[in-house]
Amino acid sequence: MGQLDVAAIRSDFPILSRTVRNEKPLVYLDSGATSQKPTQVLDAERKFLERSNAAVHRGAHQLAEEATDAYEAARSAIAGFVGAEARDLVFTKNATEAINLVSYSFLNATLLAARSDSVDPELDRFVLAEGDEIVVTEMEHHANLIPWQELCAKTGAELKWIGLTDEGRLDLSDLDSIITERTRMVSFTHQSNLLGTINPVAPIVQRARQVGAMVLLDACQSVPHMPVDVVALDVDFMAWSGHKMLGPMGIGCLWGRRELLVDMPPFISGGSMIKTVSMTETTFAEPPQRFEAGVPMVSQAVGLHAAVDYLNELGMTAVHDHEVALTRSALDQLEKIPGLEIIGPRDLVDRGSAISFTVEGIHPHDLGQVLDNAGVAVRVGHHCAWPTCRRYEVPATTRATFYVYNNENDVTALVEAIRTAQQFFGTV
Amino acid sequence: MDMATMYQEVILDHYRNPEGKGLRDPFGAQVSHVNPTCGDEITLRVQLDDGDDPVVVDVSYDNQGCSISQASASILYDEVVGRPVSEAFEILDSFVELMHSKGQAEPDEDKLGDLTAFVGVAQYPARVKCALLAWMALRDAVEQIQGPEGSPMREKV
Repeated sequence: MGQLDVAAIRSDFPILSRTVRNEKPLVYLDSGATSQKPTQVLDAERKFLERSNAAVHRGAHQLAEEATDAYEAARSAIAGFVGAEARDLVFTKNATEAINLVSYSFLNATLLAARSDSVDPELDRFVLAEGDEIVVTEMEHHANLIPWQELCAKTGAELKWIGLTDEGRLDLSDLDSIITERTRMVSFTHQSNLLGTINPVAPIVQRARQVGAMVLLDACQSVPHMPVDVVALDVDFMAWSGHKMLGPMGIGCLWGRRELLVDMPPFISGGSMIKTVSMTETTFAEPPQRFEAGVPMVSQAVGLHAAVDYLNELGMTAVHDHEVALTRSALDQLEKIPGLEIIGPRDLVDRGSAISFTVEGIHPHDLGQVLDNAGVAVRVGHHCAWPTCRRYEVPATTRATFYVYNNENDVTALVEAIRTAQQFFGTV
Repeated sequence: MDMATMYQEVILDHYRNPEGKGLRDPFGAQVSHVNPTCGDEITLRVQLDDGDDPVVVDVSYDNQGCSISQASASILYDEVVGRPVSEAFEILDSFVELMHSKGQAEPDEDKLGDLTAFVGVAQYPARVKCALLAWMALRDAVEQIQGPEGSPMREKV
């Protein structure tokens, strides 16, 4: 099973030694929603707050200097983790905000253009009009669907999407008729949070380049789980969250291609994002500061820095191999359970560790309750991907996700708890 | 806690053999409610007579969701049809109170009937919405017929 020393890893996560629901050991299979945090991350945050806490990029005192250094060192390390440069990485509240930052760049550019006689050439590529099209897929998390729906509703652009095959993959057979000369942005997920599918980036980027469309990759479920090199992927934007990769909640990341970031109007405005200000006019700072108005989340950045150090130490290839091994074992055992149906790819090719399934005769909410009673924490519901559930004609699913601290015992506990639920509800 | 405390037999019975399920005519109002956290759905119709305190002549519904939401709708049908709206809303209010008690309340069995079985469910905040889905739809439908002014119980939970 991979090269990870899971016993040693588990000892870094205090929460994994607690019990739940009448002294049951916690079996945490909900890392797709949020991961647990190792002491290294907690200690880094605490040390920062105890030693160096100050607002960054302002003030002349030593603490302000240390805090600024810590914040910018975090930016470098986190950018480096995905093969990027620090100056192209914007910190946001979460991945949802990162995607909204881009969708609002289009909206704000469109609004600014409508108010002036001549369109600023820098803004032009973000200005939308009726007849323009935005393309997503049918497997998007709501965070990568609704911002684009909203943008279309406000600008008159049209939303199109790439459909799915019965096997849980993108149906790229009519890609050329979905991404056309009218397409301005293609935004899609690297790995589905519901199906576990890892999507092929290259053919979509290639088609987008042919028609001059931008590409945004939602990497929330890929960056924490496998090696990701944003330069090699050749996308224009990439958004992901800190809390799914062992880091704190309250910090997300947007990487953007430099020449696009410098042309984008600000999203949220206020302190820290300016160059000059008078009562009538403001000029804006260069990216990334342009997009980081207000006092940022410094201790979270420091925590996320510690998280990427931790993951680098493990090695992302080893992390991925470990998850593939667990996924193989889980799929093998789950498929033997009568009445259990996997929603998503059954094979391990281009597949991550999110496993969604239904169990005949037991609603996911009821299944989740029995699993919880056994100490097994899973996600139930539509996983913020309601259209994907509709595509597979299920109202909801149960989802297990694996991460660095999970082991074969966790798979066994999941399988046993599902069988217990079947006995309890009398479906077998 | 023991799963049997939450999933009492009466709940499982109503889940397996729901009473009154299926949409019927005539009806005074039809509403559709969803539980956005899990996607449970109910479409519910209410028919009242034209008395001063109108009697619920029929409640019909079509729903999909977990055992808790399905059983709750079935019990709603059993408890509410044939009663005046004022009594139906008294049951509703008692049930809402029970479900928000975190399992600490002593359920009033005379008033709640089979709904008493949900006392175990009330210990799980994530399931409260499941249990109340049909009842919120009922209140909405009655208010659509009567208007909020005509409703004897206007307080929202």
